[in-house]
Amino acid sequence: MLGFIIQRFLQAVGVMAVMSVIVFCGVYAIGNPIDIVIPPEATQEIREEVIRRLGLDLPLYKQYFIFMGNLLQGDLGRSFIYNVPVLELIGGRMPATLELVLISVISATVLGVSLGIYAGYRPDSWISKAIMAISVLGFSVPSFWVGLILILFFAVKLGWLPAGGRGDTLEIWGVAWSFPTLNGLSHIVLPALNLALFKLAMMIRLARAGTREIMLTDTIKFARAAGLSEGTILRRHLLKLISIPIITVFGLELGSTLAFAVVTETIFSWPGVGKLIIDSIAVLDRPVMVAYLILVAFLFVTINFVIDLVFALIDPRVRAGAVK
Amino acid sequence: MKNKSTPLRRFWVEYRENKIAVVAMFFLVALILLAIFAGFVSPQNPYDLANLSLMDSRRPPGFVGTGGYTHILGTDPQGRDLLSAIFYGLRISIIIGLAAGFVSLTLGTALGITAAYVGGRVESLIMRLIDLQLSFPAILLALVIVALLGQGKVQLISALVAAQYAYFARTAYGAAKAERGKDYIEAALATPLSGRLVVWRHLLPNCTPPLIVVATVQIANAISLEATLSFLGLGLPVTEPSLGMLISNGFPYMMSGRYWISVYPGVALIVLIVAINIVGDQVRDQFNPRLRK
Amino acid sequence: MTNPVLSVTNLSTHFFTRDGVVKAVDGVSFDLARGEIMGLVGESGSGKTVTGFSLLGLVDAPGRIVDGSVKLNGTELTTLSEKELRTRRGREISMIFQDPIATLNPMLTIGQQMRMAIDAHERLSSRAAHARAAELLTQVGIPSAAVRLRAYPHEFSGGMRQRVAIAIALLHRPTVIVADEPTTALDVSIQAQILHQMRDLARETGTAMIWISHDLAVVSSLASKLAVMYAGRIVEQGPTANLLRDPRHPYTAGLIASLPSTAKPGTPLTQIPGATPSLLSLPPGCPFEPRCDYATSKCGTDPEITLKDSRGWRCFHPIGQNAEVPT
Repeated sequence: MLGFIIQRFLQAVGVMAVMSVIVFCGVYAIGNPIDIVIPPEATQEIREEVIRRLGLDLPLYKQYFIFMGNLLQGDLGRSFIYNVPVLELIGGRMPATLELVLISVISATVLGVSLGIYAGYRPDSWISKAIMAISVLGFSVPSFWVGLILILFFAVKLGWLPAGGRGDTLEIWGVAWSFPTLNGLSHIVLPALNLALFKLAMMIRLARAGTREIMLTDTIKFARAAGLSEGTILRRHLLKLISIPIITVFGLELGSTLAFAVVTETIFSWPGVGKLIIDSIAVLDRPVMVAYLILVAFLFVTINFVIDLVFALIDPRVRAGAVK
Repeated sequence: MKNKSTPLRRFWVEYRENKIAVVAMFFLVALILLAIFAGFVSPQNPYDLANLSLMDSRRPPGFVGTGGYTHILGTDPQGRDLLSAIFYGLRISIIIGLAAGFVSLTLGTALGITAAYVGGRVESLIMRLIDLQLSFPAILLALVIVALLGQGKVQLISALVAAQYAYFARTAYGAAKAERGKDYIEAALATPLSGRLVVWRHLLPNCTPPLIVVATVQIANAISLEATLSFLGLGLPVTEPSLGMLISNGFPYMMSGRYWISVYPGVALIVLIVAINIVGDQVRDQFNPRLRK
Repeated sequence: MTNPVLSVTNLSTHFFTRDGVVKAVDGVSFDLARGEIMGLVGESGSGKTVTGFSLLGLVDAPGRIVDGSVKLNGTELTTLSEKELRTRRGREISMIFQDPIATLNPMLTIGQQMRMAIDAHERLSSRAAHARAAELLTQVGIPSAAVRLRAYPHEFSGGMRQRVAIAIALLHRPTVIVADEPTTALDVSIQAQILHQMRDLARETGTAMIWISHDLAVVSSLASKLAVMYAGRIVEQGPTANLLRDPRHPYTAGLIASLPSTAKPGTPLTQIPGATPSLLSLPPGCPFEPRCDYATSKCGTDPEITLKDSRGWRCFHPIGQNAEVPT
């Protein structure tokens, strides 16, 4: 088990290294590296001065090491627009995004898997057909459109919920959360719903497909032949067997949800990292863009690593190294 | 026995059973036709600046404009007839979706089959890359590419392709690898027949069914992704509005009750995507041997 | 037969598919005595597996039992509710399948799976359940049973896994075990071991067995009685030695002749010409007719079962000595 953890950890570090190289090359090969550091309006003198001072006339690999060195010390540059260190900027926005993503993802998974298992267990009931129809919608409809409709319906027509922004927050463990307050809750409902919809649909379809397939296997037949009740079969066999594909997709979709938060935050003016990046792209605030990419890559690698660990916990074959 | 069931006929007979899928196909065909013949069907050419008058802008559905005809769905902030803009927008959305889908299909399939056929180091390298790419969300990738390359048709399609080719690659790889391992391929390779022939005649046809299924999903995704990018302001230039851009244009006016500017293009977009997905679903279910009763 | 533990009369299981009705099992009858091992032999598609499922009431949609009776220990199974059936599955009649990798859940320990099977029918304390499971593992020939209970399926070899499945099937001392090709997926050497084991177990515990297989050679070493199936029907049945020495139905003769052990060295192996018919488009009359050397125009109608002594066959032109041509 320990060997497995170490192996995965080293892999994660390796991937991070590769990603940092890719981001570095991407920015330095495609963009003008100067533009990361200096606003476009600077004079020629200042440009040359900075080039020399920052060693941008050094060979590429040396620059990479400087870049990495800064990175590891937490120096991601300063934003052109806000003129604060990027790390601070992103750090300040992160909790909002995290809260939104976590609430969406957890509710989507719990609800989605339950509905999906039902739809897979009784595929011919009208409830199941309704569930599948809704999942098609949730799956195919672009999330920005759903957000639009939600705002139109709940905020404009009905006036029940606010159309954007983050409400009041409560500090727990030094971080501001909005769901504990009623006002904050009312602000998070729509964006969370919007963000969760895609993942909900995906979980429903996944759980349904998995359930249908698993219920036809010999494992289930054998359990039935031994006289196990359907309830026991569902609880002890199905849930365990279905957890592997669910968790795999959960991990993948976690990253995807983080990405889609970009759209949701834009529509609902939710003050998170996603909105930040869109604004930054619009005004070409490159340090923020670079930092965001690095951050996302880091999150990805971490998520994958954690998922691998979870697999090792639940699937004995992985622990034994019998299965990759 | 007069049972002349060709595979296509049998396919259609089974397809017919799902009423919803038939309706979806009907809508899909209708939308495609509207898009192709947009020039003939639109009451007004939304790109002809001479036709537009700011006096007409942001008018509700049913308004009679300066051109003298009724704007069935209202007008947008530039004074364009919304119905016409939707037809043209449909055309752009579909074309971009198909283009991105086609290039992704070609690129992805080539990569996947190559990996399966060549094997060894090349195979693991390519597939590692693909796996890495797949775990990266499409929208981020597209965002990044557009941010780096700027806006325009080619850049947009490149972004979409970069986001999608991996799905094709993985599917083609899976199918080709399954086939590659079979004995008759080994036998064929042992003969003086060129490897390329083996790929064309044997590996490729076996990949086709799953690729078709992936293609339908991905085309819908491409359309959706393009709409999202356009909505965020990172899509095509303003002069050629796709459905996403039309929706985006109307967003600021939603609060003040002028919902039609966003809603109607949105409806068109939704119907298009949902139709493609339903049809694709049905096709996939029919191709999946395991779920057949 | 006096007091059979299992009595199957005219069992028919049909599948109602989109392409038509498949008569997977069509009028199957046999009896099983206490502790008797019967071999159910046939090619794939002959209906033997579906017969097994039908006995346990485990036929998946779109199939269902349409006719006939299955009496287990005096109780009619075909009219029972699902709940009542469940109390008998695993307790009075159990089943083991072909591939133990697929029947055991890889994510649960052997002990957990055995415990679930015990709990399905009895309320035992943890310790008692543990003891029972260990006892059974030992009985099927798995050493250090108590320790092995904590192991996962992938830690066992194929033969061991099948023994575990057998142990689970024996947990409640069932009257009948249906074994569907249990050794087909195993190495030949392991096959022999399992065969021996099962024969001994049947004798020790008095459990009757229905051994389903396509391999006549395997079954004949184990079973005291054979039933040969073709296209959903039993075409011949009788005591094993008797049947093999002196078959009545041409299909049985064909099967025996195609065994490598019966062929003379140096001569090409005999085959039965033709292929099994698709159950969707059975020819009218005897289903074996297209492939039969002895067929006449009479075979255009369905032959009834002829019973003589302990033998039975479905043929208008039975072969062999002491055969009687039905009028």
